[in-house]
Amino acid sequence: MSDATRVLVFSTNMISDPGIDLAGSRHLHYSPGVVVISVPCASGIKPDWIVHALESGFDGVFIASDGDECAYLPNCSERSAGNVQHAQEVMQERGISPKRVRMAAVCSVCAEPFTKQVTEFVEELQEAVV
Amino acid sequence: MSERRIGVFICHCGGNISDYVDVAAVRDAVKDEPDVVVAETTIFACADATQTDMVQAIKDQNLDGLVVASCSPKLHTFTFRGVAKRAGMNPYTYTQVNIREQDSWAHTDDPEGATRKAIRLVKAGIAKTRLSAPLSPLEVETTPRTLVIGGGIAGLRAAIGLADIGLGVYLIEKGPEVGGWVAKFGNMYPQGRQGRKLIEELVSEVARRPSIKVFTNAELQSKSGSFGNYKVEIRVGGTSSLGIALEVGSIVVATGFDTYEPEIGEYGYGIDGVVTLPKFKELVDHAAGPLSYHGRPVKTVAYVYCVGSRQPEGNAYCSRYCCAATVHASIEVANLDPQVHQYHLYRDMRTYGKYELMYTESRERGSVYMKYPEDTPPTVARNSAGQLTVTTHDTLTGGEELTIRADLVVLVTGMVARKNAPLVSILKLPLGSDGFFNEIHPKLRPVETVVDGVLIAGACQGPKNSSESVASGLAAVTQSAAILKKGVAELDPMVAQVDADKCTWCGLCEETCPYAAVDRTEVTGKTVAVVNPAVCKGCGGCAPVCPEDAIDLRGYTDAQIRAMIENLAEVPVL
Repeated sequence: MSDATRVLVFSTNMISDPGIDLAGSRHLHYSPGVVVISVPCASGIKPDWIVHALESGFDGVFIASDGDECAYLPNCSERSAGNVQHAQEVMQERGISPKRVRMAAVCSVCAEPFTKQVTEFVEELQEAVV
Repeated sequence: MSERRIGVFICHCGGNISDYVDVAAVRDAVKDEPDVVVAETTIFACADATQTDMVQAIKDQNLDGLVVASCSPKLHTFTFRGVAKRAGMNPYTYTQVNIREQDSWAHTDDPEGATRKAIRLVKAGIAKTRLSAPLSPLEVETTPRTLVIGGGIAGLRAAIGLADIGLGVYLIEKGPEVGGWVAKFGNMYPQGRQGRKLIEELVSEVARRPSIKVFTNAELQSKSGSFGNYKVEIRVGGTSSLGIALEVGSIVVATGFDTYEPEIGEYGYGIDGVVTLPKFKELVDHAAGPLSYHGRPVKTVAYVYCVGSRQPEGNAYCSRYCCAATVHASIEVANLDPQVHQYHLYRDMRTYGKYELMYTESRERGSVYMKYPEDTPPTVARNSAGQLTVTTHDTLTGGEELTIRADLVVLVTGMVARKNAPLVSILKLPLGSDGFFNEIHPKLRPVETVVDGVLIAGACQGPKNSSESVASGLAAVTQSAAILKKGVAELDPMVAQVDADKCTWCGLCEETCPYAAVDRTEVTGKTVAVVNPAVCKGCGGCAPVCPEDAIDLRGYTDAQIRAMIENLAEVPVL
C-alpha cells in the first residue's frame, strides 16, 4: 500500500501549512501516508505528542517549523528543537530510534522543499524498517 | 465528555476533491463514528444554498459540533464559523478538515490512498470537534488609522478612500516624492489623460485632507502588536535620522513593481536602438513630433512581445498589461507620425476587455501584427551594413521567415516583483513563487494576507494596470473599514489556559513567555499561574514547558491533539 509508511507532520497555521497547501495546489505528489496536524507555532508541540504518535503507530514524525519566520517567538527554532530533543530522549529510553523524528523549516512557499524532504523521510523510514 | 451531536459535511468541490477521493466512501466510513448524527456529501459546501441547508440541519438536529471536510482552512474557516453562528451554534466548535490542498490535489496519482487519507483526516476532525469547548472571541478596541506603504497610484487612491471613510492615514513613501510609475507617464488609456496630471490631482486631493499625513523618504522599521492595534516605527530621511512611532489598526502595502531588465544579448539587448517598453514609453511621452532616437529619425519600429515573460526558466507568468501598453504606445506613435511603419511580433495578444478596441484601432492605423512560434522566437541583430534587423517567422502566413529592418526595436518587457526583503521580513508577508505578495484567495479574499490586518494593493501583488491597481487600493480601503470602523475587533480566543488544580507555581511559564502574558494569582489560598488572554498571542509555547502539564492552548488542547493523533494513526481498509 502506498500509505503503508505513516508520517505525522506538525505544521504551523501561518507559515508551513500554507507551504504544504501550495504543494497540493501545484499537484506535487508525496505519499498519502503523510498526514498533517496544524498548530499555531512549532514551540507549542509537546514532546509527549511526538512520542504518542510513534507509540500509536506512526513510523515517523516530521516537524515543519517556521524557522526564523515565526511571528510569535524570535527563538522559536531553538525552543522547538529543544522540545524535539526532549522527545528523542524519551524515545531512546523507550527503545524508539531518535531518527524517527525530524525537524526542518518549511516556509510559506516551500512547496518543493516540503515534498522533497517528506518523500526522503518516508524512504528512509521504509529502508529502516526493511 | 458527555455525548455530542456532530454534523459532518464532505465536499466534492465540483470534482476537485471527488475526482480523486471517493467522498461517499468517506461518508460511509465516518457516519457511524460516536456522536456523529449527520454525515452528508455535498457538491459545493461553500455554496449559499448548501450553507442554508447546513444551518437548517444544525437547528433540526440540534447539533453542537460541525465538521466540514473541504479545502484549506485558510479559505473557509470564517465561512463555516458563520454558518455555525447563524444556526445558533458556537462557532469555535467548528473544525475544517483540509481534504483538497492536503489530500486530493497532492495525491491525484493515488485515488485509493487519497480516500484512505481523507477518512483519517475526517475522523481526526471529528475527534477534535468532540473535545471542543464553546469559546467566545476576545474583543479588543481598534485604532482607527491605517498605514499605507507606497505612494504610487494605488497607495494615493487608497489614502484618499481611507480618509473619506473616516479613518486616519499615514502614507509613507520610500522615495523623495509620491506618484510612483504613473507620475512619469504621458497619455493614458482610455480617457487620454496624462499620468502626471492624474497624480497631481491625487496629490492635491491628499493635501486637502488633514487626516492624511504623508512621509517621504520614509521606510518601515518595525512592527509589533496585533491586528487592530499595530505599533509601527518608521524612519524618515535616511539612516541617520530618528524613528517615529505610530499606532495603526491596519496596514495597506502598495509598494508596486519593477520592470524586467533583459540580459545583455537577450533579443539583441545592448545593441544601440534596442530598448525596453518603459524606455520606449518615456521616449514617446516626451516626443513633440515624429520619433527620433539618438538623433536618428525613427521610421520603422519593431516590437518583440513577451520578452522575459512566460518563460519555462525565469518568469513563468504573463504580465497582462504589456500587450495593451504596447498597443496604446503604437497608437501614440501613429499620432505623432502617421507615416511610421510598425511591426508587432507577438506570441499571443492579450488586450482583454475594452482594450480590444484599442487593438482594433492600432491595426486600422497601420500596425502590422505577426505571430511568432513559441519555439523559434525572433532574433535581433545589427547587420554588416550597420542596419538593425529583426528576423521572425510569421505563423499566420505559413511560417515564412521575414527580416524587418527597423530603426528601433522595442522589447516588450513585463513587470517583476520589487525586491524588498526588509519589508517582507518586518511584516511577515507571504511571497508567491513569482516573488509577488500573496493574497489569501484571488477571488474570495483578494487583498487580505495571512497576516490579519495587513492588506496588499496594486502591482506588489502581481502585474496590474493602473485602473486595476486603483481598484485593489479601494478594495483595501473597504477591507480596512470592515476591520476598523466598528471600533472593536474580534480576536480568536485560542489562548493559553492554566489548570489551577494541576498548577504548582514553579514560574517556568512566566519565565518563558516573551509577552509577559502569564501572571501569578491566588486561587483558594494556592499560588497559581494565570494567563492574561488580552496579552497572550496564542503560540502555545508555554505548554511544553510546564512540568505539571497544567497548560493547554484553547482549540489545540492536549486531549484534542492526542485524539487526533490516535485517529490519524489508524489506516482504514477500503
